[in-house]
Amino acid sequence: MDKFTTLTGVAAPLPLVNVDTDMIIPKQYLKTIKRTGLGKGLFSELRYLEDGSDNPDFVLNKPAYRNASIIVAGDNFGCGSSREHAPWALLDHGIRCVISTSFADIFYNNCFKNGILPIKVTPEQLEALFDDASRGANAVVTVDLESQTVTGPDGGSISFEVDPFRKHCLLNGLDDIGLTQVKAEKIHDYEAQLAADRPWA
Amino acid sequence: MSAPRTLYDKIFDDHIVDRQEDGTCLLYIDRHLVHEVTSPQAFEGLRVAGRRVHAPTKTLAVVDHNVQTTDRRFGIEDPESRMQVETLAENARDFGIEYFNELDKRQGIVHVIGPEQGFTLPGTTIVCGDSHTSTHGAFGALAHGIGTSEVEHVLATQTLIQKKSKNMRVTVDGKLPDGVTAKDVTLAIIGTTGTAGGTGFVIEYAGEVFRNLSMEGRMTVCNMSIEGGARAGMVAPDETTFAYVKDRPRAPKGAAWDAALRYWDTLHTDDGAFFDKEVRLDGASLPPIVSWGTSPEDVISVEGLVPDPDLITDEGKREAKKRALAYMGLTAGTRITDIAIDKVFIGSCTNARIEDLRAAAQIVAGHTVREGVSGMIVPGSGLVKLQAEAEGLDAIFKAAGFDWREPGCSMCLAMNADKLGPEERCASTSNRNFEGRQGFKGRTHLVSPAMAAAAAIAGRFVDIRQWRGPV
Repeated sequence: MDKFTTLTGVAAPLPLVNVDTDMIIPKQYLKTIKRTGLGKGLFSELRYLEDGSDNPDFVLNKPAYRNASIIVAGDNFGCGSSREHAPWALLDHGIRCVISTSFADIFYNNCFKNGILPIKVTPEQLEALFDDASRGANAVVTVDLESQTVTGPDGGSISFEVDPFRKHCLLNGLDDIGLTQVKAEKIHDYEAQLAADRPWA
Repeated sequence: MSAPRTLYDKIFDDHIVDRQEDGTCLLYIDRHLVHEVTSPQAFEGLRVAGRRVHAPTKTLAVVDHNVQTTDRRFGIEDPESRMQVETLAENARDFGIEYFNELDKRQGIVHVIGPEQGFTLPGTTIVCGDSHTSTHGAFGALAHGIGTSEVEHVLATQTLIQKKSKNMRVTVDGKLPDGVTAKDVTLAIIGTTGTAGGTGFVIEYAGEVFRNLSMEGRMTVCNMSIEGGARAGMVAPDETTFAYVKDRPRAPKGAAWDAALRYWDTLHTDDGAFFDKEVRLDGASLPPIVSWGTSPEDVISVEGLVPDPDLITDEGKREAKKRALAYMGLTAGTRITDIAIDKVFIGSCTNARIEDLRAAAQIVAGHTVREGVSGMIVPGSGLVKLQAEAEGLDAIFKAAGFDWREPGCSMCLAMNADKLGPEERCASTSNRNFEGRQGFKGRTHLVSPAMAAAAAIAGRFVDIRQWRGPV
C-alpha cells in the first residue's frame, strides 16, 4: 500500500447524499479478477452518456476537475455494498482523499486498506469545502495527515479526527497482514483455548 | 460481579485475541464465507506473498453472484463471469477450501447456504466479502461484511483488526397484522432510522415481533441491517434458533451439541446492559411497505401517496429526494396502489428462502401473471429449490406464468443476464433500490414476497391485507 502523508490537489464537489458503492462502481465492472484498471468504471452511470461518450455535466469530466485528487461529497458516502472495487476505482482514477460529513463503515475501512484517506468534517466545514471546491482549477486543497489538517485555497485551515492506529498505518504504508502475523503466537494460544472451551466452533 | 453486557458485548469479548492500548482489537473469526466476486484479488494477494490459508476448514466457498439462473449444465455462458467462477474453483482447490460449484445442489446465495448447512452457528463470528453477511446475525452470531483486503487478512490469519462498535437496540413489540411480514418490519425500521442511522452501531433486534418470527423472518430483518447503515444486526438465540440449527450437516452433534447449547443459552443481553441508542416501533400498527425512491429509507405504507419532496426543509435531502422521484419516473401525490409495474423479482438473500416462496405461492395459487408483466422466481439455493418442488410450489408459479429459475443472486444486483431494461419498473423482494442496481436506469420498488406476488397478478401494487385476487 502507498503511504499517505500530504496531498495537494484539486478538490471536486459532488454534492449528493447517500452516494452508494453501486454508483461509485456499477456491477458490470466487478467481473474482474484484478485490483487495477477500475478507473474507467468510476461513477460510470453518471460519467458517461448512453452512447458511451463523456457526460459534460458530470464534475469529473469538466476540464477543471479532470485531474482532481480529492472529492468533497454529501453525507453517508460509500453506503451499500462492501465492494472494495469502490476504493480501487477511486484510486485508479487518481483520487486519494474523500471528504464528507459521514461514511458508511465498510467503505470507510476499505479506504484505509488502499492508501485513501476518508475525512469526516462537520456540516459547516463541508459547506465551506463545497465553496472551495466550486472554484474549479483554483480549488487546490492541501491535506496533511500528520497534522490532521485540510487547508483551503484561501489558507484557511480545519482540523479533523482520525483513529491513531489507522493514521500510523496510512502514514507508513503498513501491511495489516504482516502486522497481525507478528501476533501469530497469540492467535495460536487463542485457538488452543477455543478448542477447549468451544470445540464445536 | 461484572457489569451487565449486551449480546454483542459478550460475543465480541469472547473473540478478542489481542487488544491494543488504543482499543484496536484483533478479533478471532470462526466462520468465513467466500464468493467469486470479492475473493479473487485476496487469493492473488496470498499467492504473491507466499501465504497459505490459516484455517481452511473454517472457510466455505460458493458461487452465487455471477451464475446464470437458466440451465447451467453446459457451463457459465458469459466469458467474464466464467473466468471469475473458474478462478474461485481453482483457488478453493489450491488452498484446500470446501467449494460448492454451480451444479452442486447445495449451491446458492452465500447467505442462504451458510445457515442451511449449519455453518452459521449462534455465538460465532462470521464474515464474508459481502455486505449482507449481516443476515447471519439472525442466529445470535456477530456477522458482518468486509472488504477484499480484509478477506485476505482473514484467509491468512483467521482474525480481523476491529474496533468495537456501539450498541443499538431496536425493539418492536405487539403482534404483526396479517399480511405484514419481516420485510415490512425491516423496511419500516430503515424508514425510521434512515440509511445512516445505524452507522457505527451493531443492532440487537428485541421484542415480541422478533421472538415470534421464524428464522427465515429473522434473517430477512438482519439481512437489511446494513441498509440502515449498521454492519451487523442480531437476534438472541432461542428455541426457534436451536430447532433450526439442530441436525444440519455442519451443526454440532451428540455431546458437542449439548455443550454448545449450554453456551448458547448464555447469549442474551443482561438486564440493565447499556445501549447507546434505542429505537422502538409498534408492530401492531405496521402496514405493508413499498419503497418509492432510490434509497431503502424511501419507504411508505402501501396505503400512502408518493411523498412531496418540496415539503422537506433540509436542502441536501430535498434535492436527493427530487432526484429520486425523477429517476423513478414518479409524481408526488400518486397513490402507491396506482403504480403499474413491468417486472417482478422474487429472490435474493433477503427473501428467497422456503418460507418466502410459500408466502408468494399462497398468493399466486389459482391466478395468472398480468398480461404485459413478467415475473421471475429465483430460489435462494438448490436445496430451497428442491424443497419448493417437493411441495409443488414450482407448479403453482409456472401455471401462473412465472419463470422458475436456478439459484443465485440474479436480479438483486444484475451481474448476470437477469436485469431490468431502462425505465422498467420492478416489484422486487431484494434489498437495494439504488440507481442502476437492477439494471441501467431500472426502477426498483422493495416489497415483501407476498406483496411482490400480488403485484405480479394485479399488474400494480395492491394492499395485501385486502387481497381477494385480481380485479
